[in-house]
Amino acid sequence: MALAYAPSLETTPVHIAPRYDHYIGGRWAPSSGGETFTTIDPASEAELAQVAVGTPEDVDRAVAAAREAYERIWKPMRPADRAKYVYRIARAITERSRELAVLESKDGGKPIKESRDFDVVQAAANFFYYAGWADKLRYAVAGSPDPAPLGVVGSIVPWNFPLLMAAWKIAPAIACGNTVVLKPAETTPLTALLLARICEEAELPPGVVNIVTGDGATGAALVAHAGVDKIAFTGSTEVGKVIGRTLAGSRKRLTLELGGKAANIVFADAPLDQAIEGVVNGIYFNQGHVCCAGSRLLVQESVHDEVVAKLKARIETLRVGDPLDKNTDIGAINSAAQHAKIAELVASGVAEGAVLHQQSCALPERGFFFRASFFTGVSQSHRIAREEIFGPVLSVMTFRTADEAIEKANNTPYGLSAGVWTDKGAKSMYVAQRLQAGVVWCSTFNQFDPSSPFGGYRESGFGREGGLAGLRSYLSV
Amino acid sequence: MPLLSASRTVDAVMLESRAAGFAKRSIKNEAKLAAIDLAIRCIDLTTLEGRDSPGRVRSLCAKAAYPAPGAPQVAAVCVYPSLVAVAKDALRGTAVLVASVATAFPSGLSSLDVRLRDTEAALSAGADEIDMVIDRGAFLAGDEARVFAEIAAVKSLCGPIHLKAILETGELGSYDATRRASDLALEAGADVIKTSTGKIGTSATLATALVMAEAIRDFAQRTGERRGLKVAGGVRNTKAAIAYLVLLDETLGDPWLAPGLFRIGASALLDDLLLQREKLATGRYGSLDYIARD
Repeated sequence: MALAYAPSLETTPVHIAPRYDHYIGGRWAPSSGGETFTTIDPASEAELAQVAVGTPEDVDRAVAAAREAYERIWKPMRPADRAKYVYRIARAITERSRELAVLESKDGGKPIKESRDFDVVQAAANFFYYAGWADKLRYAVAGSPDPAPLGVVGSIVPWNFPLLMAAWKIAPAIACGNTVVLKPAETTPLTALLLARICEEAELPPGVVNIVTGDGATGAALVAHAGVDKIAFTGSTEVGKVIGRTLAGSRKRLTLELGGKAANIVFADAPLDQAIEGVVNGIYFNQGHVCCAGSRLLVQESVHDEVVAKLKARIETLRVGDPLDKNTDIGAINSAAQHAKIAELVASGVAEGAVLHQQSCALPERGFFFRASFFTGVSQSHRIAREEIFGPVLSVMTFRTADEAIEKANNTPYGLSAGVWTDKGAKSMYVAQRLQAGVVWCSTFNQFDPSSPFGGYRESGFGREGGLAGLRSYLSV
Repeated sequence: MPLLSASRTVDAVMLESRAAGFAKRSIKNEAKLAAIDLAIRCIDLTTLEGRDSPGRVRSLCAKAAYPAPGAPQVAAVCVYPSLVAVAKDALRGTAVLVASVATAFPSGLSSLDVRLRDTEAALSAGADEIDMVIDRGAFLAGDEARVFAEIAAVKSLCGPIHLKAILETGELGSYDATRRASDLALEAGADVIKTSTGKIGTSATLATALVMAEAIRDFAQRTGERRGLKVAGGVRNTKAAIAYLVLLDETLGDPWLAPGLFRIGASALLDDLLLQREKLATGRYGSLDYIARD
């Protein structure tokens, strides 16, 4: 008999208002233009709420509120008192973790298993970690006994880890004494707005954290605003380049965390079943909407067939469907536009001659879903080997020697992450030292900790988030 | 021993992460009821104590055959060789099998001659299945040929009778060793590989069972033969039992979700399964006072 997995839905109730305003200077304010946009549940395509469109005036008011809070309250405050607020936010995230997880899965499509066990947990951990630094900043940067905050930080975050990316931006910024204007992604504004509510309930002084919702135009207004001292952006390389050009010649500081096309390198001597787990986690975690996804599998030629057979069997066990079902492994693609982009790149892979393998499961009738997929017979020149797909699609290529693997892995404009799978420690180190990537995972993948810095080489961006290195981006030393 | 190629190595981090994932599957309602009944059908209801007596064994057999109204029978009872005859007699006319530990259980540290005679005694008393222990001392000393030869010798004595080889993974020290011992036992002819004796602190874990299931899967892919898995010790409640069923489902597939290829060696587990079964039927948690204990 087959073991049936009946649907097991997460039932924690979450309140979604019909309409959301900006959070500026501790008050909820509608768009100055009165306009709203719709945010939907990508698993059902149903409308969740109307959200305020951020106009340049809204951005201006938010920056002014942040400036006032910075000068009058936050910068002069005793660091130990600032820490108390940051700790309070961390605790509130933990207390409301299930509510945040459900909202994240509804608005963004990611499986509840991940929002519950990864996103929300990591978001709280980031606030706890940086809260601890608030009154110890004199030890944060060697040779700089009295580092100062920068002022007003404009943060723009993507839709793949909406709450977590907001936490990555806000926690270090405010712990260092800066104030923040954050613009969440257009398709996933709701958890950032709940975080604003949490800040309000934590009695964070008005203006320390401001949320202005909107699309790319709102983000552009924030980037261009003269009152902003630093821009922290996570998103596409394309937009990152535009921001870089906009800020050139200005006094504003900038950190960018952009795209990736990471290589996961599997040697013949690797523990293959465990390597497969890392490969699966590397590309199918969060539907592949991960900037550090291991989207290129470089496998040693002698075990190519074995690895492909194992991978084929393994993806059959992945369950695609309702993000709120606790048994779902792959949820909904974040938006129709992203779904179309993935489909277009997959079609290009087929057209260029690679062989497509997909799991055989049925997909829900409504919503944006995509089967776990991988290509064999991929060569370095194929678009699917070069462009970031940002979906559950893996490109499998082969190599013969360690040096060839290193060369192929580095042959990309990106450099955010990489994985190495071998049973030999020395080989692992040899390869890791030569990979041009901000993080290299050996015999594991997608491991995160607030104390560990994260960031890219080349077109994957610059600056680091997390850990001590993450503090530097928010301090004048 | 025929030249046995090197075994695949195992990495603890991703192995344990995968294993933890099985326990996260949420099996509810009708699916849970079906899983509970399957788990009951896969139980080797076990008593292996120095104080086991004919009366105790007869009582256990009665429960094995009729656990509770409407509940399925367990797969087998598992006893010491000297009590096989009592169990056979008590289970006459039922479909419940009698398994016997043998080969100087639990340490296995007797001469091969004594271990084979122990097995013979269990077989001649009518045992339907033999649970042997491998010589962990020999394995850890690197004498794989001896381990292999002993399993092969016991299997040849058993003939068509099912042989379960207990690896006692808690004594092997690493997942690599568990994988190696699994490969040796399967190659030597064991019909089932079994995690533990239940006599030491570390018994079955999901990660250990996953290593063994992967060995069974690879063996089946190489030879076309399906061999079984038995987890023993430490599986005390329904949630734990269901996690193992999920492990089998996602690692080996449908054919292994049956008592012919999967067993859980347990004693207290059955009570919890019956309690949960009752809860699903009535919507209320009953009291253990209403579950017959043996």
